[in-house]
Amino acid sequence: MTDKEKPSKSATKTATPAAKAPVKPKRQPKPLRSGQSIVPRESVASTALIFVIGIMTFLACLTLGAVSMVNTSAAKWQNDISREVTIQIRPFDDLEMTKAIRDASNIALQFSGVSKVTALNDAETARLLEPWLGAGLQLDELPVPRLLRVTLADGAKPDFVKMREQLEAQVPGSTLDDHRTWVDRLTTMALTMVGIGSTVFLLMMAATVTTVIFATRGAMAGNKDVVDVLHFVGADSKFISGQFQKHFLILGLKGAACGALGAIILFVILGIWSSSSLATPEGDQISALFGTFSLSWSGYFWMIIVLIMVAILTAVTSSITVRRQVNNLQNYRK
Amino acid sequence: MRKFLDETGIALLISFENVGLRYGIGPEVLSDLSFQVAPNSFQFLTGPSGAGKTSLLRLMLLSLSPTRGLVKVFGKEASTIRPEQMPIIRRKIGVVFQDFRLLDHLTTYENVALPLQVRGKMEQDYRQDVRDLLDWVGLGDRMHVHPPVLSGGEKQRAAIARALIDQPDVLLADEPTGNVDPPLARRILRLFIELHRSGTSVVIATHDLSLMDQYDARRLVLNSGRLQIYD
Ligand SMILES: Nc1ncnc2c1ncn2[C@@H]1O[C@H](COP(=O)(O)OP(=O)(O)OP(=O)(O)O)[C@@H](O)[C@H]1O
Ligand SMILES: [Mg+2]
Repeated sequence: MTDKEKPSKSATKTATPAAKAPVKPKRQPKPLRSGQSIVPRESVASTALIFVIGIMTFLACLTLGAVSMVNTSAAKWQNDISREVTIQIRPFDDLEMTKAIRDASNIALQFSGVSKVTALNDAETARLLEPWLGAGLQLDELPVPRLLRVTLADGAKPDFVKMREQLEAQVPGSTLDDHRTWVDRLTTMALTMVGIGSTVFLLMMAATVTTVIFATRGAMAGNKDVVDVLHFVGADSKFISGQFQKHFLILGLKGAACGALGAIILFVILGIWSSSSLATPEGDQISALFGTFSLSWSGYFWMIIVLIMVAILTAVTSSITVRRQVNNLQNYRK
Repeated sequence: MRKFLDETGIALLISFENVGLRYGIGPEVLSDLSFQVAPNSFQFLTGPSGAGKTSLLRLMLLSLSPTRGLVKVFGKEASTIRPEQMPIIRRKIGVVFQDFRLLDHLTTYENVALPLQVRGKMEQDYRQDVRDLLDWVGLGDRMHVHPPVLSGGEKQRAAIARALIDQPDVLLADEPTGNVDPPLARRILRLFIELHRSGTSVVIATHDLSLMDQYDARRLVLNSGRLQIYD
């Protein structure tokens, strides 16, 4: 219906210069070209499609950002944790702490893969306890457990069960924390997150492709006259699909740019918010969980990649859809 | 002029063998047609309204497939032509539709240039050719307007110009003088004759007897689905 209204508009447009001719003595040479594409842009342009593509891109970017954040934090923790185990020695009334520390480090150093054992000195221990007990702590006056940091060689896995048995037998009050359960849980959690994220991402891309296929079919049906004429004047499927593809590329770019921009702005705001609330206890909790809430540069980079990918996906999908349809139409034996 | 030989060695552009056509489960519109269109020939296709002239042209244009029989175009059996070969064949056939089928959102100039544009030609290479042809069909001062503003006869001439612009091997014209007055009809006929002299085979579907009387040519007459040929 809009197709039928359009020409009359252009008709009045072309008619007006002629009517004004007496006023304007020198008439502009009229353009030979209408400035219209062979497949009119308005017949393909659809706000609904831009909207859907925008939402899909936004959600895809959020997924991507979340996965990338979890992944970065998990990798960082894992790296820190798996290269270190801790021996804790609780003080007794009659325990000679210096001896206990020496015994414990000797036991630990017997195991292969242990590269270094350092006892946290009073100052370091005090710093660790500062959030709970305040500054200016005198460790001598308090029954504070002492910590030994056992550093492992890269990739080494000493026999922690045996180490724990020996420590408990020979150094009373000592416990070994190898963080293994943590590491395993973290790995599982991170993998699960990546798995879920990727699935969600793929599903959203599939939904986008499906939407574009339907939109393309709609656009082709709406331009049946044009497609027919193009056939009869000898256009091949490449030419015809190209006419649609250029519109869909722009639609895809517009939608994807809106979506990705929205996601980027959201992450920037969250980043600013989390860093401003870093001093507060809640901020500490959040940053303990997520690292800091800020997305790495590569995270933003990947969002731009998603943007470009969605636009190209839209153009390619529409192009393939048109070609298929055209070849079906061209098929002589229907 | 290229030659398209069939197995008997006769040069043919289009050949029909015992072709029958029905739309859906309706009655046979065309039955048992056998005829040929030779290179560099001129023929009128005539018959009363509803006799099946447009249907026959659509069969030649490969936009319809026959219910029975064989249609051969440029020596190829139509049902064996793959979709990707179709554009190559269509580029050798110029067609003027009874309802013109001009694109309303493009200017007359762009409509006539369309066949060249889809062949990937550059605008600066063909601009003058298109202008010349439009001048020749008397649309020199109408080329910047859009088809809805054109009169019936002007649309007709624009459609003819679009069919001729790439000098096809065969021209199929469906009622090309249906919307014009007798003097203009004569001019259009002369145009087709000139085209025929330059080597194109012309098939004109018309029920305008006075038009056919002006030029002595082969006549294919359709009547209740049957074809009679007067050479
Ligand atoms: N797409 C179609 N579906 C069903 N029947 C059709 C179709 N096209 C044409 N017909 C029928 O086929 C017959 C021949 O139609 P056609 O258009 O070929 O006639 P014609 O000789 O071109 O007529 P005219 O001189 O009025 O243009 C008519 O009876 C028409 O109703
Ligand atoms: Mg007809």
